[in-house]
Amino acid sequence: MTASTGMLEVSVWRGSAGDGQFQAFRVPVQENQTILDVVSWIQQNADPTLSYRFACRVGMCGSCAMMVNGLPRWTCRTHVQKVLNGNRLTVAPLRNLAVIKDLATDMDPFFDKWVEAEGRHHPTATRHDPMPPITADAPGRAEADAAIECINCAVCYAGCDTVAGNPDYLGPAALQRAWTLINDAKEADKGAILTAVAQSGGCFNCHSQGSCTAHCPNELDPMRSVAGLKRATVLAALKGGS
Amino acid sequence: MRGHRGHPLWLAYGLHRLSGLALALFLPAHFWVLSMALSSPERLDGFLHWAEAPLVKFAEFGLVFLLAVHAFGGLRLLALELLPWTPGQKTLAAGAVAGAVLVCGVFLLNAV
Ligand code: FES
Repeated sequence: MTASTGMLEVSVWRGSAGDGQFQAFRVPVQENQTILDVVSWIQQNADPTLSYRFACRVGMCGSCAMMVNGLPRWTCRTHVQKVLNGNRLTVAPLRNLAVIKDLATDMDPFFDKWVEAEGRHHPTATRHDPMPPITADAPGRAEADAAIECINCAVCYAGCDTVAGNPDYLGPAALQRAWTLINDAKEADKGAILTAVAQSGGCFNCHSQGSCTAHCPNELDPMRSVAGLKRATVLAALKGGS
Repeated sequence: MRGHRGHPLWLAYGLHRLSGLALALFLPAHFWVLSMALSSPERLDGFLHWAEAPLVKFAEFGLVFLLAVHAFGGLRLLALELLPWTPGQKTLAAGAVAGAVLVCGVFLLNAV
């Protein structure tokens, strides 16, 4: 089969988590085709009732992640040719999240955990105060920089076996967000964040399996961020803090 | 094995966990045999004689392997989680440790 002729054999998950099965579709091969193109082709040409999510199609919004041939991926930036298994593709909803319908999962637990990890900014100043300057090469800024490009796609969350084993585990993305705030010079309540991430289900649940880092489509390193939180909480405890 | 686990960090985790479990299973037997030194020395002698058998010798190699893997896995975790190093530095450090283990392993094999 050449790159631009022939058909793809695509298995797509249909139904909800407890009650569903894979459905086979044949999709024409096109050049530079992404997984999202394949799913969209099915929805537009074969079965308009197929449910899935996407918005930006350029790897910015993080809404299009699915399991592709068993691995969590951002489908809008994943080329079919890169992941094809013979001429077969399997597309399933993200792991570790409840399925609403077909390829759409319930993302609520994922985002609730960002709140639980205290992943919100606690300001040091009001809008009337002058902005404190932070240089790009300040150590904290550099550390936060490495984690700040997260697009909330939940690929790391779907790849994590610790999340699979413990539904209360906050997960790599929420903890990485907490780590950026710990390194933010404008963050006023780092104690609250450390308390939140040291609770049961927090950073100490992480077994450093590194699937988050291996699968992050933006090539971020959440495992390193979680390790940073482990160090920061231990240091705070030794200093008699939280 | 599920596809999302097929990367070095997960394999290192898996090896660490399995070697730990195997060592945990071995330890009670180990202590039981050692306790014979106090309770029945003649049985211990018989056992030590049996331990000269080639198959048991080979099993000992497995034990040393498990211990080595578990010890270095633990050091790896400590370095990974406690030292705020960059990934590049960690690769260099891992390479240095691997080289050192290789050199002293060869030395040890020559000595025995
Ligand atoms: S559709 Fe926005 S990241 Fe894929």
